[in-house]
This record gives sequence, C-alpha cells and structure tokens, in this order.
Amino acid sequence: MSIYNLSYKSLKNRRTTAILTVFTVAISVLLLLAVERIRLQAKQSFANTISNTDLIVGARSGQVNLLLYSVFRIGNSTNNIDWQSYQKIISEPAVKWSIPISLGDSHRGSRVIGTNQDYFKFYQYGKKQPLTFSQGHAFSNMFDTVLGSEVAKRLDYKLGSEIIIAHGISDKKFNRHKNSPFIVTGILAPTGTPVDKSVHVSLAAIEAIHAGGIMTAGGDQNNVNRAAYQPQQITAFLLGLHSKVKSFALQRKINTYRREPLSAIMPGIALHELWGIMSVAEQALQGVAIFVVIAAMLAMLSNLLSSLQERRREMAILRGMGARPLQIFMLLISEASLLTTLGIATGIALLFALLGLFSPLVSREFGLNLSLSMLTSTEWRLIALVQISGMLIGFIPAFNAYRNSLADGMTIKV
Amino acid sequence: MNIIELQDVTFCWPHSAATVIDIERFSLKRGEKLFISGASGSGKSTLLGLLSGILTPSSGSINILQAKFTALSDGQRDQFRADHIGYIFQQFNLIPYLSVIENVLLPCLFSQKRRAQLSNHATEHARQLLSSLKLPDTCINRPVTQLSIGQQQRVAAARALIGNPELVIADEPTSALDTHNRQAFIELLMNQCALTGASLLFVSHDQQLQPLFDRHLALSAINNCEEPANEYL
Repeated sequence: MSIYNLSYKSLKNRRTTAILTVFTVAISVLLLLAVERIRLQAKQSFANTISNTDLIVGARSGQVNLLLYSVFRIGNSTNNIDWQSYQKIISEPAVKWSIPISLGDSHRGSRVIGTNQDYFKFYQYGKKQPLTFSQGHAFSNMFDTVLGSEVAKRLDYKLGSEIIIAHGISDKKFNRHKNSPFIVTGILAPTGTPVDKSVHVSLAAIEAIHAGGIMTAGGDQNNVNRAAYQPQQITAFLLGLHSKVKSFALQRKINTYRREPLSAIMPGIALHELWGIMSVAEQALQGVAIFVVIAAMLAMLSNLLSSLQERRREMAILRGMGARPLQIFMLLISEASLLTTLGIATGIALLFALLGLFSPLVSREFGLNLSLSMLTSTEWRLIALVQISGMLIGFIPAFNAYRNSLADGMTIKV
Repeated sequence: MNIIELQDVTFCWPHSAATVIDIERFSLKRGEKLFISGASGSGKSTLLGLLSGILTPSSGSINILQAKFTALSDGQRDQFRADHIGYIFQQFNLIPYLSVIENVLLPCLFSQKRRAQLSNHATEHARQLLSSLKLPDTCINRPVTQLSIGQQQRVAAARALIGNPELVIADEPTSALDTHNRQAFIELLMNQCALTGASLLFVSHDQQLQPLFDRHLALSAINNCEEPANEYL
C-alpha cells in the first residue's frame, strides 16, 4: 500500500461526493474537448470546401459575401455577370480552366447550381480531390441533373428519378417550375462540402426554366433548340490559372474591368477573413468552456476543503503512525490529482460516446464531420492543463491539512 | 539500559509565558512497563507529544533509544516515531476506510524498518498478532466501524506492535472500555510487549490499573510545574 492507495481508499470512502466531483470535472472536460473538436472540424471543413482554385469572380461585393454565396451557397449575389464579360475574361492567356456558376433556384431546400461539365472536371475540394460519381455520370442533355450525395440520400432519389426545380430559394409550392421536370443522371460521392447539398443542372436548363417551360423531360427535349437557351448571365465563376504567380495580375485586371463592376477574390485570403469573423464566436465558446472547467475546479476545491474538518482525526492518526506533515500534504495533492484524472478519463469516454452517437446527426444536419479520431496534440495539451490545474487546486486543501497537522500533532480534535 | 531519558526538560507553548512541563529527570528502562497517572490537565498530552517527537522541548534534552531526540530535525523525529514507536490513542484509533488488516499494517507504510521486520509475510504477521490479541478471524475482513470498541482497541494494539517497535506508548487506551474489557486489554497488551521485548509507557487517570504494571509514577510527582492547567485541550 502506498500514499496513493491511501488517498484512493479515502476517496472511495467518500464516494458519493467523490463521484459527483468526478462528474463535474468530466462534464467540464467533455465541454472543453467538444468545443475544441467542433472548432477544429468547422475550420477544417471550411478550409476543405474549395481547393486549387486561384480566383473566384462575381459582381462587385465584399470578398466574404462572394465566397459565401459562390462556394458555401449561403446568401445571394448582389448582381449577375454578363455572359460576354465571362467569355472575355476566360479568353485571357493566363486562364487554364473556368467553372461558370448560376445560382438562384432551389429544389426542396437544396440549392440548384447551373454550371457546365467543367464543374465535374475541375472543381476540387479538400486536398486537391476532384469530384467523383458514386453513380451515373455528368449531365449531357438539357434536363439532366446531377445530385450531391446528401440531396440524393435525404430525398431518396435514384438514377432516373424525376425532380422539379423551383425558381427562387424559398421553394413555395406556387413557384415551382412544374412543367420542367429533370431526370437524375448522376449522383456525386460524398465530399463533406456544400457540394453534397447541391443540385447541379446545365446553364442552358436554368435559362430554359426562366424562359417559361415549354418542354418536358423524357420526350423530345433533344429537339429543343439549345441556341435559344444560350445563357445571358451567370452569377459567378471560378478560375484556375496556368501559374499561381499570375493571380495578382489577373485579379487586378478583373477588379478594374471596365464594362461592368466585378470582384475577383483569392479563396485562401477570403477564407481567412471569414474565419476571422467566425473566431469571435469560436473564442466565446472556448471562453465558456474554460469557465466551466474553472467552476468544476472550484467545486472540487470546496468538496476537499469541507472534507478536511471531518478528517482531522484521520490526519492525527496518520501523524501518530509517523506520517510527516509533507506526507499529509501529498495525500491531499494526490486526492485532487486522482479526482481530476478520473474526471478527465470519464470526460473523454463521454466525448467518444457522444461523438459515436451524434456525429451522423451532426454531419447530416450541419455538414460538420466530427470524426471519432484519436485525441490531437492540442487536445492532449488541454487535458494536461486541466490535470495540472487540478493538482494545483489540490495545494489549497493540502496546505490547510499541512497546517492543521502541524498544529494538532497527534491530539485528536473533533 | 534506558530507553527514554529526560533531563531538565521544560516546555511552554509558543506565545505563552506559562511553563506546562518542567521535568528534572525521567527514565524508562528497556522492557519496563510503566504506568503514569495524572488527572486531565496535568500535562499528559504535552509529555506524550514530547516523547513521540511531535513537540520539541523549550529546554533540556530527551534521549530515546540512545538517540539525541532533541537534536533531530522535525522530519527525522517523524521518521524515528514511525520506526521505533507504536502509539495507541484513547479511542477511535482506526482509519474508517481501511480494513482491519490494512489498519494493522498502516505503520509499515511510513517505516521501511518495520516493513523489513516482517519480511514478506506482513499479512501473516498481522493475522498472528490479531489472533494472539484474541480477535476472532471473522473480524478481519469486516469494516472497522462494525467492530466493538474493545475490538477496535485490540486492533489498535496490534497496529502499535506490528514490526516490533522498541517502545509502545498508550494514551488512555482503556478509557472507553468497561472494567472487564479494560483488564483483559491490558493483559493482552502486556503479553505482546513481553513477547517482542517492547517497553510500555501507559498513561491513564485510572489509578485502579496501577497494580498491573512494573512501576508507577504520578505525573504530578515528576512535573515541577506549578500550574500546568492550560495545556492543549
């Protein structure tokens, strides 16, 4: 038996309050780690949304706004880009590829993206991963549509399903474009980005919907005069350049484009600014988590301090057995450490249990992939901080016990 | 050979002018069983504090087992107590969250020397001690709180004797026992001390116990202090 064993048995003897303290610490650790994990995952899934795109171009607006509607499909553009301008810019020699994007329609809560086949060819996310099809292929006919994985799953669509697209985002029944049904020809593999929640159609289809539907899917859509539905406007476009060095020059050129006011942004910089805005909320969350940890430490402190009075006899007996005041001190320190360690272990177990239970839900509802991965070094650092502060908190009751045992000696005070 | 030697020892509490202990000379022989009687407030607890090394005298010298107790540091005296002194309190001697055996083996936690005395058979030794102190074997695994007071005091005696310390100090260990148990307890304690050769210093206000011991001393007879009433309560 050792001093640590003694403190363990002493805690076991006071198990009701000890368990409560352990749970208080556990919940605080759970919150701290959960916030850290959500923060990290949010940041990561943000940064992973778009990759290898050098410039995003839209009507003149702030870069965050442009990034939000073009990539995250949040909010709306202020204006459109003329098709001629688009053609002019992509004919610049620096441009390697481009993806036009036309927004503004929805299908049962999912944004509809008008684009062309280059989207499936050049769009990259995560670590330069291209989009892949889990089923089917890109659209080739005007009323073909390609679904993001989540849309297909949520609405239970298969290849060949017919869907109806509404004009505008609100998706009220009355403004659905009833006479223009689309046929699902492809379903994309999951990416963990807003692509999963998007419905992709051709630019021509968008024009056709707005021109007033005269045709239906299935029948004679091949006869539809494609030229009649040549897009007049798009909302934004993504550019890939032959050389990243050219980005600045081209950006300046687009920003000073004379025929209409345009904005070109670099996704990395815009993401950084966006994250800067979010970091206020992030810091607030972290602050709350830290205060909960402090509250848990104070709860442990009050528990240990209040137990000291009734343990003066125990300390006197230990002194009688030859325990030094320093050993009494260590007894209390090790109790505080043990409570903290147990709390941390319980907190981690709770974290993984909750992640296991709720990560599919969070992923579905918020597009946040909370992985069950091992603890990161940052998380270990947070845990170490909690453990150290638990030990330091132990110094207060330990010092009290030390002082008591010096004063009491072996006289038993009740 | 003397196991305890006190010479010109005085003690007064810090920030207090009153001397509570003033003993010119006091000694205890090896193997001796001494009864010290004294009314409460006669400086008993203070004397025991000095002998066990919790307190240091204001002047004079204390030698225990030939060691200059007064010259040792606080930590050394704590270690000395762990190694050489078995201590029995008045009552509620046991740590409530430890089993009977764990309570008996507690001194080994603080003393390498007493641990070494038991070699590898600590639990076996503890059992033997308990059974020679007439504690039924069934008690051993019961929570100490379920034992009677008499049984608890015998567990405390076993704890004081484990690892053969040279000196056993008992501070009114029988005050909570009835007459019958009192006599039985003292006889068992004495037998065990005789077996291990330990000296016994037994303090009590109960004069009736005095004939059971080798020697008897009234504290008031050796303590020259005029009014030792204000001792630590």
